[in-house]
Amino acid sequence: MPGYFGLAGGVRSGGCDGGSTWNAGMAMGKNVRMAMVSVTDSILRRIMPGAAIAVLAFGLVLGPVPGPTVPASAADGPPVSSFSLANGLDVVVIPDHRTPVVTHMIWYKVGAADETPGKSGLAHFLEHLMFKGTKEHPAGEFSQVVAAIGGQENAFTASDYTGYFQRVGRQHLKTMMEFEADRMTGLILTDAVVLPERDVILEERNQRIGNNPGAQLSEQMDAALFLNSPYGRPVIGWRHEMEELSRDDAIGFYRRFYAPNNAVLVVAGDVEPDEVRALAEETYGKIPRRADIGPRKRPQEPQPVARRTVTLADARVEQPALQRSYLVPSAATAAKGEAEALEVLAHVLGTGANSRLYRGLVVDQKLAINAGAWYLSNALDMNKFGLSGTPRPNVTLTQLETAIDAVVATVIDKGITAEELERSKTRLIADATYAQDNQAMLARWFGASLTTGSTVEEVRTWAQRIRTVTASDVQSAARKWLDARRSVTGYLIKDMSEVAEKKS
Amino acid sequence: MSARRGFLALVGAGLLMLMPSLAHAVAIERIVSPSGIEAWLVREPAVPIIALNFSFAGGASQDAAEKAGTASLTTNMLDEGAGDLDSSAFHQRLERRAIEMSFSVGRDFTYGSLRTLNDNRDEATELLRLALNAPRFDAEPLERVRGQVLSMLRRASTDPNSLASRRWWATAFPGHPYGRESRGTLESVATIAADDLRDFTRRVFARDGLKIAIVGDIDAKAAGEMVDRVFGSLPAKGDLRPVPDVTMTGLGTRGVIDVDVPQAVVIFGAPGLARNDKDFMAGYIANHILGGGTFSSRLYNEVREKRGLAYGVSQSLVWFKHSAVVIGGTQVRADRTGDALSIIEQEVRRMGEAGPTAEELAKAKSYLKGSYILGLDTSTKIASQLIQIQNDNLGMDYMTRRDALIDAVTLDDVRRVSKRLFSQGLLVTVAGRPKGVTSVGQ
Repeated sequence: MPGYFGLAGGVRSGGCDGGSTWNAGMAMGKNVRMAMVSVTDSILRRIMPGAAIAVLAFGLVLGPVPGPTVPASAADGPPVSSFSLANGLDVVVIPDHRTPVVTHMIWYKVGAADETPGKSGLAHFLEHLMFKGTKEHPAGEFSQVVAAIGGQENAFTASDYTGYFQRVGRQHLKTMMEFEADRMTGLILTDAVVLPERDVILEERNQRIGNNPGAQLSEQMDAALFLNSPYGRPVIGWRHEMEELSRDDAIGFYRRFYAPNNAVLVVAGDVEPDEVRALAEETYGKIPRRADIGPRKRPQEPQPVARRTVTLADARVEQPALQRSYLVPSAATAAKGEAEALEVLAHVLGTGANSRLYRGLVVDQKLAINAGAWYLSNALDMNKFGLSGTPRPNVTLTQLETAIDAVVATVIDKGITAEELERSKTRLIADATYAQDNQAMLARWFGASLTTGSTVEEVRTWAQRIRTVTASDVQSAARKWLDARRSVTGYLIKDMSEVAEKKS
Repeated sequence: MSARRGFLALVGAGLLMLMPSLAHAVAIERIVSPSGIEAWLVREPAVPIIALNFSFAGGASQDAAEKAGTASLTTNMLDEGAGDLDSSAFHQRLERRAIEMSFSVGRDFTYGSLRTLNDNRDEATELLRLALNAPRFDAEPLERVRGQVLSMLRRASTDPNSLASRRWWATAFPGHPYGRESRGTLESVATIAADDLRDFTRRVFARDGLKIAIVGDIDAKAAGEMVDRVFGSLPAKGDLRPVPDVTMTGLGTRGVIDVDVPQAVVIFGAPGLARNDKDFMAGYIANHILGGGTFSSRLYNEVREKRGLAYGVSQSLVWFKHSAVVIGGTQVRADRTGDALSIIEQEVRRMGEAGPTAEELAKAKSYLKGSYILGLDTSTKIASQLIQIQNDNLGMDYMTRRDALIDAVTLDDVRRVSKRLFSQGLLVTVAGRPKGVTSVGQ
């Protein structure tokens, strides 16, 4: 998995003197404050159930986040508890007593899609500025305390949420809650810290987007796919708007959205719910609710009527590629069973060596070097289903696209086999059990779901719902949603003269 | 042999309990399988899965120069068909039981990892046995996977990270396997044949360089049987090409690779410390203070926090069997690259001259002790750490000794090792259109 900060010759991720296995070619990804912003749009919009997209944090490539937490035999799953404080803060506790460690996360129900038009990048900019100190604790103190106790910390921003986390020894949980509760309302910002940090996010944009033609294409495709939804704006922001973001913009956004009744606390690890409840009451519980946070209603997409294409030509492109995104329901907007069917569809079409796209295009027809599919279900509004392909040398993007279209058409016309259905469901359901091995992953999954319109119960029953998906559900979902008029196709090429060749 | 009849020996102290904070996290058992293969086991009944990690001595440095990428291509081919199963059948068997199997290659070692639900342990064991003992290397998957590697290498040919990094390693280790990229080159990968892959597995997949760690819901007897089924039929001895010890070169030189990108990638480094150097832990702490950690290092504060020149900057110790380096990197705005590099060079020099303060040392120690447990909270992380500890020859009690090793480091130790590491100048490579930086001596 490539990291954002790839030193291709290899640098071990520096944290472990007796530790992680060093591999040549492994990427380094540490010192990244906003660890999870994806190059294209949102952060966790990309990585939740099923989507095999990596997230970077602390020099680790945290693998694909599997959807489910509750395994095949649901009784075996972690006993997740949830409750709310009087001030409206929702709390989720995921006990895992194997290691004396806790993952403490606060998720705000605000993201890039909640920005005022013209202020793109503001949610993420504020996320960086949240490390700049409060009335009680000057800049750097929180991070110094986390470092002194051997903790890890970071933060991330997506279209629909912004999150902050620490991973520490269990005995330090209360201290983390005190600091995090303090910066929920106590942030102090001056131009002396705001302006250098604005340069940092501009360099972050260069690093993620400017230096990477493929990321530029994804950004352009989102802008073309979402005609009305704020999901068309990059989470990192458009450069010209980022350059104008000010201290007042950040403070205004903070005062409007950061409040206990607009947040979810997730604590996973070596703790019990009662203990977390008592600590949460003592810390976050003292913050008054904010009355004026309105409902999260964003402009919705019109019925799409035109197939769109986007072509990005860059002299650095040595390997052409094709991407396709379809506008599809998210878990929050889907009819009953539809998101689960799309999850299975993405798996059958494009996950693994025996998926339709890989088997058809890469192995049998020998047109592609790689091919895949993904579905991003965690979003408040209509979201994306994606296909991708990398052509072999001497294969045109047109030939590749024709073949991809044929694979999709076959699934729409003839459906999938019983064997494909079972294999995909087995894998998706097994991910639930694997997820139990990783408390941070469970915490992220619950946080992302609860800030995008899902309930704890819906997360817990995800595997059961996957189990009920039928072949006919999958075929119907393909027929309904993989309609070319709902799509944007992106071509990554070296120079525009290839366009003529492509269209010929 | 029939593993089921075997008697499982618990060797020596057998069960080693760790210090209190780690005790209920990681209790390592050293087991020896019926056929005599050693493995480290951590029993964890709470989650019904098993993680098995292993490594063989011999990695990318076993490649001949003109066949660079052989080890890497071999590991990419191990799940592409084995025994009677062609690629498709092999993948179907994995997918039907949601078994995860992956292989990778480092400079000195070849790594493998298996993760399975406990219910599917038999099938997982059989598939891993086939992959290691009877890989097919059929023509169709070989050409397919070769195409994927070539595609990655084509992408890398204009990527500033890859360009700066490749130049750095090539300048540091000219003519030595460590100077080559493990994936190989467009030219070398094109020439690798199935017989080259077979030759690699014959020389490397052997019991003498094998390290194994198992974590999960499995007892010692079953773990020993699993080990024998997978590894018991491998040859007793490998046939490795000797790799010479080497010290990196190119200090004081600087190379600029022209790429039209808005941001310059800068890589910098110097000779490092062997893992068994008596000053290793002191050096590890010194590096942490200068360029490690998350938001705490001197480089982070000077380059990012105070000046906003970059999104990230960091530096690490990297050690191999036959050499070691300290290497760092950053991506900075093109028009301030010269400034950023001056600051980095100044901070490295300052650390070399004066070392850290007592307060910095105390904080670093506290961080390094406290954070270790965070790397041990999943089965896969634990298994991977146990492999590293074995390959570094740190001993089964390393986790219990580690705090004391850190505590024993004095300010004088860190000053001494800082002088050694950070007063030797730097080898620097830059990819981009940096202002104020030109090539020197490269």
